[in-house]
Amino acid sequence: MRHVLGDRRAIALLLGPALVVYTLVMLVPVVWSLGYTFFEGNTITGFEPVGLDNFARLAADPAVREALWFTARFAVVLTIVQVVVGYLLALLYVFVLRRASGVVRTLVFFPVVLPTVAVALLFQQLFESAPRTGPVNALLEAVGIGGVDWFASGSTAFWVIIAMETWRSMGFYAVLLYAGLVDIPEETLESARLDGASGPRLVRHIVLPLSLPVLLSSVIFSINGTLKVFDSVLALTNGGPGSQTTPLTLYMYQTSFTYGEYGFGSSIALLLTMLCLVVTLFIFRSSRRDLTKA
Amino acid sequence: MSSTLSQPLAPATAAAPRSRPPARRRRPARAVWRSVWTGALTALVLVVVVYPLVWLVLGSLKTQPEFLNNPTFALPESWTNLDNYVTAVTDGNLGTYARNSVIAVLPSLALTILFGVAAGFALEVMVWKGRATTLLLFLAGIMVPGQMILLPLFTMYFEVGLTGSLWPLIITYTAIGLPLTVFMMATFFRGVPREIFEAATLDGANVLRMFLAVGLPLVRNAIFTVALVQFFFIWNDLLIALTFTNRDELRTIQVGLLNFRGQFGQVDYGPTFAAVCLNVFGTLAIYLFLNQRVMKGLTAGSVKG
Repeated sequence: MRHVLGDRRAIALLLGPALVVYTLVMLVPVVWSLGYTFFEGNTITGFEPVGLDNFARLAADPAVREALWFTARFAVVLTIVQVVVGYLLALLYVFVLRRASGVVRTLVFFPVVLPTVAVALLFQQLFESAPRTGPVNALLEAVGIGGVDWFASGSTAFWVIIAMETWRSMGFYAVLLYAGLVDIPEETLESARLDGASGPRLVRHIVLPLSLPVLLSSVIFSINGTLKVFDSVLALTNGGPGSQTTPLTLYMYQTSFTYGEYGFGSSIALLLTMLCLVVTLFIFRSSRRDLTKA
Repeated sequence: MSSTLSQPLAPATAAAPRSRPPARRRRPARAVWRSVWTGALTALVLVVVVYPLVWLVLGSLKTQPEFLNNPTFALPESWTNLDNYVTAVTDGNLGTYARNSVIAVLPSLALTILFGVAAGFALEVMVWKGRATTLLLFLAGIMVPGQMILLPLFTMYFEVGLTGSLWPLIITYTAIGLPLTVFMMATFFRGVPREIFEAATLDGANVLRMFLAVGLPLVRNAIFTVALVQFFFIWNDLLIALTFTNRDELRTIQVGLLNFRGQFGQVDYGPTFAAVCLNVFGTLAIYLFLNQRVMKGLTAGSVKG
């Protein structure tokens, strides 16, 4: 039977199509894109070799630095916010709502599957200040704080993107972390309670340490996803005002398709890939640890 | 685990089972305060999640003067005013965009599942040298950002003459979906006891027959889950669609929606709301029936980030 399961023709037939498509459309372009970093130009005008100029420019360009800073800030802040909010929701599901949490879980998860563009257009309207007042500003005015022109400055626009992404993803992290929380053995909680731990103290001393592994995985998944943020920013602020909310992904896109600089665009893409690579190495380590635990 | 929790975390909502009347009788004031507090908290969560969507649907029924003159929380003056939807579909070309999305998504979804399931089987059930390395090679693709392959693909499709059709989308979606599909299918095949396949080979089945008659039925549910996950990823994609649709007639629904702003300007609210609504209703329809499976699948595919 080893013979049958090792049938080379069958392996080629089953694996072949996937491997060919994957190689041609992903592996070859990755290598090709590496090659582009030594050239400048585009498909229409042709390419000319520029040596290491693109990397020198990558190091010197203030716009790259701004985009890198935005990307890092965005990934860190959003990761903290969405994992913390997700964890609080998961605690709510497990310890407060319990059996009744099913409907809430399903409802809060729904925005996860919504198209990003649709959500971005919705949030533009929610946070609108002129020509008409959106619900958020109307609420702020009602409590006497006064409306804010959210999209007029990079710092407020940043928080609108964070709010939108949190709204979109908190249900996802809640379910991910919920799965970790229900795995905590009932006996552990019961014995802690007999020792007098309850409420916040039970969470801090028993639940939190026991859910650290799944929290860590969530953090890594989240960083890996948020570093690649593109749709949300493009649809919500298009990088503006100015370039104040432009992540690396969007800057790469503008460099390549607005200015036709494929070489420099590829260099930015390489920088982004290296960032993701570092994070993915962590993913591997954490997922392997999970496998040995299970 | 629910019923054994202690009284400080007492049942909260009206829907919670009244399993602990003694606790309530012992400390009624505290228990009542708690259930009010947790009820309010749950209500707040639900309002934050649901209200924006309700507000969106209400907005899609309003006319332009209503948008500009009435307060933002006001209800629409007419509940049967579907003019905005008509405008969105006819003037906004939403029908064309939706058709393009379907034409691009369905073939690539079918191909990515077909290739991915076969590859997952070959990598997990078959025995050969180098399969661990090949699986790693596929896994690496999960991490690669779309920006890394965009420019060479643009050149390739341009040289081959595929630019100006939906083929670039179909091909790219198929390839981009493969890493996660292969990874998830390999995981599912790993969960099937090897004896089943070995017994099938003893019965004299050849490998392809075994794949079709034994392997596929065993992971039928898993295939459906993976397909659902991939559907959302492809349907909601913006980056690939934006890059390879160079004409208005080729735009997918996401790219079309993105350009709604430009088309109507920021002030034409009604049709924009209606267009967003239509896009939301599409996923809502799927989610209504398959929410548990969607939740399970998407969290299982969370490596994609």
